[in-house]
Amino acid sequence: MRFMVMVKSNAATEAGELPSTELLAAMGKFNEELVRAGVMLAGEGLQPSSKGARIKFSGGKRKVVDGPFAESKELIAGFWIIQVKSKAEAIEWMKRCPNPTGEDGELEIRQVFEADDFGENLTPELRQAEERVAADAARNASKR
Amino acid sequence: MTSDDTHRAIEAVWRIESARLIAGLARIVRDVGLAEDLAQDALVAALERWPETGVPDNPGAWLMAAAKHRAIDLVRKSALHDRKQEEIARELDDDDRRPDIHATLDDQFGDDLLRLIFMTCHPSLSTEARVALTLRLLGGLTTVEIARAFLVPEATIAQRIVRAKRTLAEHRVEFEVPRGEQLAERLASVLGVIYLVFNEGYSATAGDDWLRPALCEDALRLGRVLAELAPNEGEVHGLVSLMEIQASRFRARVGPSGEPVLLLDQDRARWDQLLIRRGLAAFARAERQGPLGPYALQAAIAACHARARTGDETDWRRIAELYGELSNVAPSPIVELNRAVAVAMAFGPAAGLQLVEDLVRDGSLNEYHLLPSVRADLLAKLERFDEAATEFERAASLTKNGREQALLRERAATSLRQSSARGARVD
Repeated sequence: MRFMVMVKSNAATEAGELPSTELLAAMGKFNEELVRAGVMLAGEGLQPSSKGARIKFSGGKRKVVDGPFAESKELIAGFWIIQVKSKAEAIEWMKRCPNPTGEDGELEIRQVFEADDFGENLTPELRQAEERVAADAARNASKR
Repeated sequence: MTSDDTHRAIEAVWRIESARLIAGLARIVRDVGLAEDLAQDALVAALERWPETGVPDNPGAWLMAAAKHRAIDLVRKSALHDRKQEEIARELDDDDRRPDIHATLDDQFGDDLLRLIFMTCHPSLSTEARVALTLRLLGGLTTVEIARAFLVPEATIAQRIVRAKRTLAEHRVEFEVPRGEQLAERLASVLGVIYLVFNEGYSATAGDDWLRPALCEDALRLGRVLAELAPNEGEVHGLVSLMEIQASRFRARVGPSGEPVLLLDQDRARWDQLLIRRGLAAFARAERQGPLGPYALQAAIAACHARARTGDETDWRRIAELYGELSNVAPSPIVELNRAVAVAMAFGPAAGLQLVEDLVRDGSLNEYHLLPSVRADLLAKLERFDEAATEFERAASLTKNGREQALLRERAATSLRQSSARGARVD
């Protein structure tokens, strides 16, 4: 299963201050550990909300509101997508994360929807790997 | 934290730490079976202690320390063979001077893990044993989980693992990364095991299947770990690329009522772009390591499909070429059949049929329904409807899949109608 782990913003990230060299190094090491464990699928840091925008919907109307946005603790400063066996494993990994902002901060761990079809889809009709390739190809040929 | 939470946390820690714990111990005690026993003892200790104390800040180091204590106990009690005992005592001592388990995200651990995976995929073991041992020692799966995934009784898996460890001990398999000429062969075995696990999840054959996608994830995780441990091996990246791209199609592969959806009919919007991007990146890493091996070539073919925004945009010439290369490095009649189809897509049915006729003469696929099925299809395109009908019938008689049989019979009937319609026209 997949989880998105979000790093919450604070005044410093919203001001566009870059993390210290030490924090960058610690974070780099942590990310490397996630990669070496085959757990990390993606991860990015986000620019301050002053460089972003919101689109507000109201019925059929759309209104664009440019950043920055006030509620800095509810904003997101970065994220990972990780693939693990359980929520507990996601938690165990993220407890090892260096404090992402160096002060009071927060990580939020949210499970990603997987296609529900993922499980029930793997039906007896699906053939062995080689056969499958050939079948795909045969069908492809027939569609010409 | 409730005790349930703690148990879940311990399970999670085990999944994260067990492989490197066992690998580190195996280097010290030179015996995979004993290393796993020691690691299990440490787990038992954690299950006793952590519900009271909470999960320690550095659970990996805690488990390693507990396992070493246990090892020292065993040495003192002389439960171990004499000479080995001295070596182990020395190793334990040396090992204690090393920085702690997490301060060293270092080569030592990587090396130990790599040695462990070469050991669990050792050629002295049967394929089934390699799979079970690898999932258990490197994937951190329990015997129950492995048994459920492969739809066999737990006792069977347990026995397979016990025997596998005994075989490794009897053959005195060294805890080391093979060098020189041996490396390619041994690496092929490792990659074979990982891909087999992946395919077991990808093409489920029967039963209560909800755990099987998890097998694909386990295989991908092992592949990704291996790619970091052996970054200079092109085929490792090739395999990872192949698995990432195949996994990207999961959501699109099956229709609403569970029927398989074939590649060209899939809704490409449902392909997982994150996995495709990872697959293409892994492929680029494979390419940087020089000539492409069989996995990387299959990944290249998968990448051709992944890059095409619609089925019509598929670069069939390139695919036909890649199948040609695959045929050179890993010849097989199945690869040839695929090449025939790709050639037909790229250069027309007559060109494809020529390759199919070679396969018919070769004979090795004569009981395989897709050979007459492909042949019939190409014959129909060339408007040789009578021959096509016969071949579709033959294909139908060779498949055991009811749905497919019906489809093939239908096409046989259509071919016959087309044949008589043309007859009527000529008359």
